[in-house]
Amino acid sequence: MRDKKLNKTFKNNLITYLIVIISYALVQAMILSGNLSSLMQGLLVPICTYVIMALALNLVVGVLGELSLGHAGFMCVGAFSSAFFSKLTLEAIPNAGLRFFLALLIGAVCAAIFGIIIGIPVLRLKGDYLAIVTLAFGEIIKNFINVMYVGKDSNGFHFSIKDVASLNMEDDGLVIINGAQGITGTPTDSNFTIGVLLILFTLFVVLNLTNSRTGRAIMSIRDNRIAAESVGINITKYKLMAFAISAGLAGIGGVLYAHNLSTLTALPKNFGYNMSIMFLVFVVLGGIGNMRGSIIAAVVLTLLPELLRGLSDYRMLIYAVVLIAMMIFTSAPSMIEYREKIMAKFGKNKVSKEAE
Amino acid sequence: MGFISYLIDGISLGSVYALIALGYTMVYGIAKMLNFAHGDVIMIGGYTVYTIVSTMGLSPWLGMAASVVVCTVLGVAVEKIAYKPLRMASPLAVLITAIGVSYFLQNMGLLIFTASPKAFTSVVSISNIKLADGALNISGVTLVTIITCIIIMIALMFFIKKTKAGRAMVAVSEDKGAALLMGIDVNSTISLTFAIGSGLAAVAGFLLCSAYPTLTPYTGAMPGIKAFVAAVFGGIGSIPGAFIGGILLGIIEILSKAYISSQLSDAIVFLVLILVLLIKPTGILGKEIHEKV
Repeated sequence: MRDKKLNKTFKNNLITYLIVIISYALVQAMILSGNLSSLMQGLLVPICTYVIMALALNLVVGVLGELSLGHAGFMCVGAFSSAFFSKLTLEAIPNAGLRFFLALLIGAVCAAIFGIIIGIPVLRLKGDYLAIVTLAFGEIIKNFINVMYVGKDSNGFHFSIKDVASLNMEDDGLVIINGAQGITGTPTDSNFTIGVLLILFTLFVVLNLTNSRTGRAIMSIRDNRIAAESVGINITKYKLMAFAISAGLAGIGGVLYAHNLSTLTALPKNFGYNMSIMFLVFVVLGGIGNMRGSIIAAVVLTLLPELLRGLSDYRMLIYAVVLIAMMIFTSAPSMIEYREKIMAKFGKNKVSKEAE
Repeated sequence: MGFISYLIDGISLGSVYALIALGYTMVYGIAKMLNFAHGDVIMIGGYTVYTIVSTMGLSPWLGMAASVVVCTVLGVAVEKIAYKPLRMASPLAVLITAIGVSYFLQNMGLLIFTASPKAFTSVVSISNIKLADGALNISGVTLVTIITCIIIMIALMFFIKKTKAGRAMVAVSEDKGAALLMGIDVNSTISLTFAIGSGLAAVAGFLLCSAYPTLTPYTGAMPGIKAFVAAVFGGIGSIPGAFIGGILLGIIEILSKAYISSQLSDAIVFLVLILVLLIKPTGILGKEIHEKV
């Protein structure tokens, strides 16, 4: 029985990996045969970023069962720390692949460290408070980056939160982070293939974590915190672990995002609270806790407004309606009852299955 | 004198936060949910006044009355459509729905009124008051905001302590089940709470827009979140707490804008929230809530 069940999750996971790989092959074939417009090609890397972000957020929302509204902030940390590194080592490390790999490590580690720093105070809280505090942290990160000026000259690094002039640099100084103007001249090292590899990596981390002893401990906290504590599960440790891993993965998303653009700025439109909500929409529409769903939702919801140009004005409105309708449909007690009735009518023994 | 005028500005902004925080705190006390859309009700209120006064050219009094009516109806409608079906659902589902409603209102505003900022004509026509030989200049809006907030505060305390509907609200927030057994209509009490909260948000809306006269679909979002910070600061569920939290937060924001950095003032306000939650999660006047197993 146990083997059969393991086999089933393994098969399910395999299907998810295969979906990603097959779609990658299809897109590559379309690019080679010239069937993909340049507009669509420009969307490929952002889609990969969004998929990674949706997977990372799903780890917190679906597996840990807490709502984070600050994932754009972790993405921002990953993006800026890695872009900072890449710009600094543009000449020192000529090999783009190696440079990107190191940038990836730095972005992920920085974001994970932020996840731990933020997680320690935040994870003591629950529910609404946790959500609003993660939102606050996301905004704080964005605000700080917007007033940060960092430069480097022959004397080393200079740091200021006022303006470029107060960096007091020598003539050979190079401004790396220019306040609200952000970082310009990041090498565009990422591409679609790297994006898909990173999606596979993220998927691997999330799926393996969920199916491990650790993952089951995390899910037991989600389902009943007090019961989990009473059987000796260290709540803080596992919560923090899930949160830090999720933040690190969000950092990877940020690295991918930063290395796709030559100019990186921390605007509300790319790292603000609205972005965090967009990731949440992907997670909710794909099914909370369902990784395959998150991938599909992120791809479809990014492509749909582009394919139906007339809809793009209504995109955000549709997102909002999707959020409300999905929540009422899946969580309202009256709707659950109604659904079970329909299921019973069609002879599917869904009700008895859930009662198991 | 600079410090005193900053302090007065802070109290004025804080009064607006206090009015919004009252709505948060009452809804949180009764429905045990964070009504994320509360801040966006302010924006709708602002646009209602704008449409009636600036576009149609009618009297500001009519605009204010219409704004209160529109917001009250909107608040009750949101509660009935989006929140009521989820009353027994998990807190995560309710929170995501509330975010959805907030997002919905913002994007409706964006579609109807476009993203370009509208210049809001102040509904307050009281001239500035000069004190101490002109060294201290208090604007009419500031004065009206502070006085309105205090009047509403006292009226609300009176309503909750002395009237039947007010005491029903306290009962529902203490224990929904027991309130039901005592013959209180829980559903209409919750609707009433949403109505009062949204009405206050409308008042906060036109006071806020009179003091900071640009109106965009995102006008309400930040003050809404900050007012929630104020409600947590003062102790969520407590009405005097919302008032004290709002005033303190307004002062902190204006002083940090003046003396530290205008770009970092939001960050400082949020830092206050985090510190409060770490040191005293129940806020200044909040009650300790024990978790039942």
